[in-house]
Amino acid sequence: MRIKTLTAVLSLVLLAAGATCAMAAGSEDEFKAAYAAAEAANKEAGKLRNQWTTTAATLAAAKKSAEAGDFDKATVSAKEAEALAKASIFQATSEKTRWKDMEIR
Amino acid sequence: MKLRSAIYLASAMLALALLSLASALPSDAADKVDPVADAKAFRKFFTDKFPKVKLDDFVNGPYSMNEDLYRQWQEKEQFPPYEFSLEMGKEMFSKPFKNGKTYEDCFPNKGIGVRQNYPYFDEKEGKVITLELALNRCREANGEAPYSYVRDEMAALTAYMAFTSRGKPMDIKIPDDPRALAAYENGKEYFYTRRGQLNFSCATCHVQSPGERIRAEILAPALGIVNAMPIYRSEWSGMGTTSRRFTTCNSQIRGVPLSPQDDEYRNVEYYLSYVSNGLPISGPGARP
Repeated sequence: MRIKTLTAVLSLVLLAAGATCAMAAGSEDEFKAAYAAAEAANKEAGKLRNQWTTTAATLAAAKKSAEAGDFDKATVSAKEAEALAKASIFQATSEKTRWKDMEIR
Repeated sequence: MKLRSAIYLASAMLALALLSLASALPSDAADKVDPVADAKAFRKFFTDKFPKVKLDDFVNGPYSMNEDLYRQWQEKEQFPPYEFSLEMGKEMFSKPFKNGKTYEDCFPNKGIGVRQNYPYFDEKEGKVITLELALNRCREANGEAPYSYVRDEMAALTAYMAFTSRGKPMDIKIPDDPRALAAYENGKEYFYTRRGQLNFSCATCHVQSPGERIRAEILAPALGIVNAMPIYRSEWSGMGTTSRRFTTCNSQIRGVPLSPQDDEYRNVEYYLSYVSNGLPISGPGARP
């Protein structure tokens, strides 16, 4: 009986440990994907000559959190950086024609 | 019957052709680059908005917008904060390079009283040449390292050249060259384009809001804004070049600045200088 209980507890512990490892690995992968997407969007904004300082700062914050092992926080920052970069792309694209509305005529 | 149908068809086609032509015409007219009309409208906008401000006073930026500031500035001008820079620039300007030549050898009229002609469009190169760029090219052509576009040495040199041109009307030419017109138009586009996370264009502050406060400062009108460059800024505790002004404007609105003297900055300086033609050079200036 004791052996059975011990085996069950051990199995649970091992399972939990495995799950934690899997979660950590997943989180790091998720960060890497989010960071790559944010960098790509920011590069696109650069081609349009319209990067935002806040995108760069948020990307740096994501990297710092990742280096500290906090991949959940790093992923949140990377996704925020991607959103900022996409907003700067939208701005640059829409301003291609919208600037004329402001012109003194 | 066949003849009647043919006439109807031909009339319909003619009407369609005329309609397409008519719709094309206004668009072409609206898109035509007309710097003379632009400059006239630009000046009218500011003189209508500030009817009490004398035209030549617009070059004094925020001081022209506020009586108290104007009086403070007049007192400040008794011992202007840019004086040290002016002296440094004068000394630098006449000091020979290692090869014995000086800046005088690179500029028309030995560089004295020529500030009002910069930037100009170089038809050989097909690009706008600003005074800061011309100074660094002069250095490089004479075997000297270029100066930073945002630091004191460049500010001192341009301060001295502006000082020797004080009172002369800005006189920017746009040659009959489609590339020059394109540079002018691109400069205009840059001026009105919103950028940065704050979604500001140059015009947001200097067209829509001159005379208004942004935090503790009073915004300058765009008309004549470049005539006062370079400037001593109390906020910077030092001198600032036109390049420094453009790059810091960008970062203040949370946009990543371009490199000084990138085409965009050269073109916007060309546009702003052209629409300020006729207003006197007042640089070096002092700003809060």
